[in-house]
This record gives sequence, C-alpha cells and structure tokens, in this order.
Amino acid sequence: MTLSSEPGPAGPAQLGRVPESAMQALLMSRYQFRDYLRSQRFLLMLSIVGIIAAILSAVVLHYRPSGLIDSSTSFYGNLWVEGAGVLIVFAGIIFGGDAIAGEFQNKTGYFLMGLPIKRWSVYAGKYLAAFLASLLTILVYFVYLVLFAAYFMGARAISGPLFESLGLAVLYLSALLGFVFLFSSLFKSSLYAVLVVAVLFLFGFSIIQALVVGLVHIEPWFLLSYASNLTNSVMAYPFVGVPPHMVTDPITGNTSYNPSYAEGIAIIVGYFLWTTIGGLLLFEREEFT
Amino acid sequence: MTPSLEARGLTKRFGSFTALDHLDLKVDGSKCVGFLGPNGAGKTTTLKMFTDLIFPSEGEAFINDISVQRHRKTALASCGALIESPEIYGSLTPREALELVGAVRGMARAEVRSRTDEVLAQVKMSEWADQKFGRFSKGMKQRVNIASTLLSDPLVVMLDEPSTGLDPRGMAEVRSIIRDLKGQGRLIFFSSHILSEVVDVCDEVALVNRGKLLFYDTLANVTARFTHGATSVDAEFLSPVSDSDVTARIATIPGVTGWSRLDDRRLSVMVDGGPAARATVLEQIAALRLGLVGFHESRSALEDIYLREISTGDS
Repeated sequence: MTLSSEPGPAGPAQLGRVPESAMQALLMSRYQFRDYLRSQRFLLMLSIVGIIAAILSAVVLHYRPSGLIDSSTSFYGNLWVEGAGVLIVFAGIIFGGDAIAGEFQNKTGYFLMGLPIKRWSVYAGKYLAAFLASLLTILVYFVYLVLFAAYFMGARAISGPLFESLGLAVLYLSALLGFVFLFSSLFKSSLYAVLVVAVLFLFGFSIIQALVVGLVHIEPWFLLSYASNLTNSVMAYPFVGVPPHMVTDPITGNTSYNPSYAEGIAIIVGYFLWTTIGGLLLFEREEFT
Repeated sequence: MTPSLEARGLTKRFGSFTALDHLDLKVDGSKCVGFLGPNGAGKTTTLKMFTDLIFPSEGEAFINDISVQRHRKTALASCGALIESPEIYGSLTPREALELVGAVRGMARAEVRSRTDEVLAQVKMSEWADQKFGRFSKGMKQRVNIASTLLSDPLVVMLDEPSTGLDPRGMAEVRSIIRDLKGQGRLIFFSSHILSEVVDVCDEVALVNRGKLLFYDTLANVTARFTHGATSVDAEFLSPVSDSDVTARIATIPGVTGWSRLDDRRLSVMVDGGPAARATVLEQIAALRLGLVGFHESRSALEDIYLREISTGDS
C-alpha cells in the first residue's frame, strides 16, 4: 500500500562515509576493552592472579624447595605452565563467556545492531577486546613469575623457551577464546555458555583425554587441552630434549602421548579457525527475537 | 532525496506461527507515520526486519530504496532506529555511548561532540552525560536511546514504542521531540499502541493486526472514512438523570444521533458533526438545567476505529 507524497524539504545534513568494517571492528574492540577494564570482571581476574601469586609466594618463600628454585625449567614448568593453564581458562570464561550471549540476554545487541555495522565487525571487535583483556591478566602473572624467579635465580630466570612458552600460551588463549565465543554464540543465555565452557575445560576434556588414552589407546589429537601440553613440553626442549611422542610404561603398560611441536600448533590453529568461523556463522544467523 | 521505507511481501514465520503476513507498504516523504496494532500484531517484528535484527521468511525491506537484507550497512547508514528498549554497557557513560555510535557511523569527532551535547539536551539528559549507565533508571536509559537514534541526524527515524518506560512528562517530551523532527525533512515511522500519542504527532497511520495490514492512510482520511463524521461524547451530571429525561429532552436535541448509559450520572451521547455541532449540543444540554458538570469526547475517533477494526479482524 502506498500513499502519494510530496518529497521532503532539503532534508537533514548527510553523514560522512561509514568506516570500513575492519575499522568498525577496531572501534568496537576499543569500547569493549574499555568496558572490560572498568568492569568488576577485570578486578575479579586480577584478584585471582593476585591470590595465586600470594599463595605461591608464601609457600615457596617459606619452604624454599630446592628442586623448584634451582632450575628455571622446573620453576616455570610448575608455576608458569600450570598457573597459566588455569588462568587462561578463567580469563576465557570471564571475558568471553557472555560476550555474544550477553548481547541477546542483556539486550545490548539492540543498541549495536541497529547501527550500520556488519555482524562480523561486532564479533571481531568483541573477540579482540576479550583477547586483549585476557592477555593483560596473563601478562601480569607472567611478569610476577619472572620477577619471582629472578629473586632466586638472577639472570638465569629469563630464557628463550620461557618466551616461546608464553607465545604458545597466547596462541592457546586465542583458540580457547574462539571456543568460548562459539558457545557464547550458540546460547542466548550467558549462564549456559559459561557453564559449558567451564565444565569442558576444567574437567570435561581431562576426563575425555584420560578415557580416550586409557581405554581406546589412541592419541587425543582432537582435544585442544591435549595440544596445550606443548606450553609445558617446550620448556624442557633445551634441557631434556623433545619428549617422545608416545611413552608406554613397561610395568603398568599404560601409554601416554605428547604432541609434537608442529602437531600441537596445528591443533591449536585448527581449533582457532573452526571455532571462530563456526561462532561467527552462528552469530550471523542468530535472530534478536 | 526523499526518505522512504518499503516492505515488499514482508513475511515472518516462527514455526507454524505467522507473525507478519506478506506486508506490502511504502511510506515516503517528510512526515510522521504511526504504525498501530495490538500486542503481537507484528509491529516490532516489522521494525526488526527493517533493521536486520531478524530475517524475513519471505519478502524484503528497503530503506531509501536500499535493501536491508542485501546491503545492511548502506541501508542503515541513513537510518536511526530505536527497537524495543536496548541496554547500553553499564560501565559506559551516555557521552561515551554516543561517541561509539558516532564513530561507527563515521561522524567526525567534532561533529560527534557537538551533536552529543545537542541531543542529550534535547532528551533532558545533559546533567547525566558523564555518569555511568549502570545507575540509570529505565526511563533515563530510554532517553539516551532516543538521543543515540537522533545523533547522526538521520533521514529516516524508526521508533518502536519510544515512550516505553517513561513517566508522563517524559512521554510528553518524546511527543515534542517527534513534532520537532517532523519539520526537518525526515521520515518518522513509529510503532505505538498509545492512540493519543499517534493522533498527537502523526500525519498518517497504518494499522496491523495478526500480521496483516488493515489500512494505511492519512489520519484525516481514516477518521472521515470510518466515522462518517459522528463522534461520541461523555456527559456527566451532578445527580442521576432518568431515562425518560434523556429520551424526551436530550435525545431530541438536533445533532444527537443516539445515546447509551455509562452509569446513573453519566451518559455517552453520539453527536453528528464536528466541534461546532458538539458545541451546540453542549449548550442545549446545559440549557436543560439537569446539572451538567462535564462534557468531553469519550474516545478519540481513532480509538473507535482501532477497536472496531481489531475486533473485526479477530472475529
């Protein structure tokens, strides 16, 4: 149905050109990152880092375990790899869990999606902001550990493999966030997204890995958590060499696996790609009903 | 450029439920169009498809002749939309939220700054410009949402029940803002079920019910077409008025075409004609000295039409 109508007068002033989508993604990330920095979740993550650091400092300074404080491999293998592994999961959940689901649940999406912006720009902007916020907290922990190690070992506290391990941890973070964003896109409820990811990464994958290796006797090459072992292995390369891909205990007969360098990176990159593309496709098709 | 909105066979199904059924509607020019309908009629569904928040099962939506479904970014560039009552990130301030909107729209920084001050003043939120959203009431948030819609000075403004959450003063201010916008070459398309609001600010109305467009016409045409010039007025008396008095003395006044009793002291009187006819009838009822204490239009003509059309559609 149409009504004939006189054209309007001159009309309001027209806008300049809308920025390219990549530029809009960067704009989104800037504001989202600012939101994270001011939010309680950032304080929560820093608190978690602070608590872990405080407990570690107290225990190590009190007992001074020689095996730990004399060897940077042992020090970082225990304190960095284990601590960062947990912190990366926490950061992913805290910053990414509701990143997409929250747009639906909290109705913030109605504010953004009525603007001339493509959905992938919003997705990429939010991903980048969550990545930077997570990275920041991981780096705080990293700097703390290096300073703590330097207290015991001096200049020996800083080594090439440590930075290599940090790089792998950052790569793992990017894949884990892709995974978190995938589930955040899948659910319109932040709670479900956070719960599923927390259960999978804190317990689920470990159980699956144990079952797969113990019962089916195959390498769990399809698990992101398996590939993340590389952050630990790489610390040992200069000292004890590359760990064997498969080790069978002669007494128990149990077999354990270690991802090779190339395999570990391939798994992490593979996870990053399929989860990011999958999450983006889900977000593109999701309706704000 | 003449601003326009067009729905071509726009249809939305949620499973077996059809929320919008082949809507064909084109509105263009500098005007305000009210999009009316009861809850669940398909108003918000239509607006969401115009902003690509949901996707049509069939058909297409166009803003300024650009397909929203095929060229979302270009289509929305000249459109400001307020759909439902959006939330804004709690740690941002209105000024920062509007900065984000301006940056995404490609506005120059200086322009964003000056427009932010203007639109926040327009919605009476200047003094809250640097406070965080987390502390705002629903009405305050809605005011900022309206400001964000207007920030880029868009050609087409879509508002989905913009008075939601506002107090009576806020509602009056929204009407005032829309009236101001009307004269500036814009097309304003807003959904509402507050008929007085629509009568107050709209030039044209489109009525939907159960996903179907019942009519689209100018407000004047709709009123004339459906009421045939008759209006209903309520008369209130100091003391009860008997049926015999009404039949013999009120119903016989020239221009009165019928009556019904609301209670023992109040009557609904049908008057044929416009305001002049109502004035004459009022004078004559007052002259009867029955203790008339009030005389006002019982429902707007649009309300009568709305209720009649909706009930016809339902049956």
